[in-house]
Amino acid sequence: MTSDSRLEKILSRGDFAVTSECGPPRGADPEVIQKKGALIKDSVDAINVTDNQTSVVRMSSFSSCVILKQMGINPVLQMVTRDRNRIAIQSDILGAAALGINNILCLSGDHQKFGDHGKAKNVYDLDSIHLIQTVKQMRDEGKFLGGDDIKGKPRFFIGAAANPFADPFEFRVVRLAKKVAAGAQFIQTQCIYNLDRFKQWMQLVRDRGLHEKVHILGGVTPMKSLGMANYMKKMVPGMDVPDNLIARLKGVPKEKQADEGIKISVETIQQLREIKGVHGVHIMAIEWEEMVPGITQEAGLLPRPKVE
Amino acid sequence: MIIGKGKPIKNILAMIENCSKIIVAGCRGCVTVCSAGGEKEVGILSAALSLARETDGKPIEIKEVTLERQCDPEYLETIRSFVDEYEAVVSIACGAGVQFMAEKFRKIPMYPGIDTNFIGVTETQGVWTERCQACGDCKLHITGGICPISRCAKSLLNGPCGGSSKGKCEVNPEVDCGWQLIYDRLKELGKLDQLEIIIPINDWSTGRDGGPRKIIREDLTL
Repeated sequence: MTSDSRLEKILSRGDFAVTSECGPPRGADPEVIQKKGALIKDSVDAINVTDNQTSVVRMSSFSSCVILKQMGINPVLQMVTRDRNRIAIQSDILGAAALGINNILCLSGDHQKFGDHGKAKNVYDLDSIHLIQTVKQMRDEGKFLGGDDIKGKPRFFIGAAANPFADPFEFRVVRLAKKVAAGAQFIQTQCIYNLDRFKQWMQLVRDRGLHEKVHILGGVTPMKSLGMANYMKKMVPGMDVPDNLIARLKGVPKEKQADEGIKISVETIQQLREIKGVHGVHIMAIEWEEMVPGITQEAGLLPRPKVE
Repeated sequence: MIIGKGKPIKNILAMIENCSKIIVAGCRGCVTVCSAGGEKEVGILSAALSLARETDGKPIEIKEVTLERQCDPEYLETIRSFVDEYEAVVSIACGAGVQFMAEKFRKIPMYPGIDTNFIGVTETQGVWTERCQACGDCKLHITGGICPISRCAKSLLNGPCGGSSKGKCEVNPEVDCGWQLIYDRLKELGKLDQLEIIIPINDWSTGRDGGPRKIIREDLTL
């Protein structure tokens, strides 16, 4: 084991893992994150906390993770390289480890243009692959990027993201391979709606033997409505929402669309479980966390296994 | 070359509000080529400023000059004899030119008449795009001759982010994804294996982050 992470233990022993995520509040009230955590705590193995997703300022991922940790939840600290240079990043890694956080998801982050501070300066001292290398070096070699020794190595289970649906398609697996070579131990993918394309990507992943080197968790986000599906299809870059899914939501009355969205997610999870090399699912129910227990129940993922 | 773009007239009028006698100074270097600060633009800007001040009932005397370059001291000397007779200079050279003028002529204010935007190329007539951020450590040999630092909105060094879609950048659908361009170019060259290389954590100290930069060529100094 490289860390004390519950997620690492579950994946290492070959269990199918379930993670989910909470978006922190746009304010200082800890109850918001506590409520979200309580809703999904028993349905998942670990919970990601997003880091100012879409570049909208929110409570920090770091502090939200600590709040979840205090509730007995295994948090996944999402960290983007958009807002911090290598000095701040290494400092936060040490601080997070000191507070018992043991999963980190290394991301580049959405460009600030998408958020509420479009005039901000971005940092990008490191890219996501560099961040993976940084955590690994600190953990395994006990050295800062500057070369000095670390007293008290931070022990993290290192994760990264992959988007099988972005372009150029052939580069996507190369990029995954680079992340794995850099030290990524688990991967959470972009939301999967186009299973055919995902399967095609997984074939390329297996062709390179990457499925044996990294745990891939397929991303699942339930559609709340036809409107959301259309929005994601048209407005979210790197999102692949096939026409047949839109048609399926269109085919049910408006008040039943949410139920249909949940049903699609459950079916997606069931199909993902059949794909060789997929070791878990990452359920991102955006501002809809209360649906996670039902989805996991329906998909036959409960109860979650116990860990020492 | 360095690409610039004229500031709105009203901004320049605000800078020279209290002046009655100014110089508008162009440059025959980059800004002439990108039609932002050459002799022609000096004439256009001067005419526009004169007209606006005339209309406002506060006529202004404008001397038009266009220097060979504003970034070399010998050319600045060509205006030394008369520059102090004026109340301000509106320079429509790049930011380096404006600053160099300010350093050399201490008694009168220098105002920027253009915004300096980037180091770029003329893509087609009237269209300029960025190519270089002067990071001081060129990596173009690894990335197919296309720079990820200037062409990727996040300056990612190891491939496209998840927002690359149909060849375009998530930040602006008008802008090509730099990593798509790199991918396409390496494919053309039969060098896709280069994408497997992890470009290491960058040393930004050769760029702006290391503080204002200086190059001394001992073989050329006097």
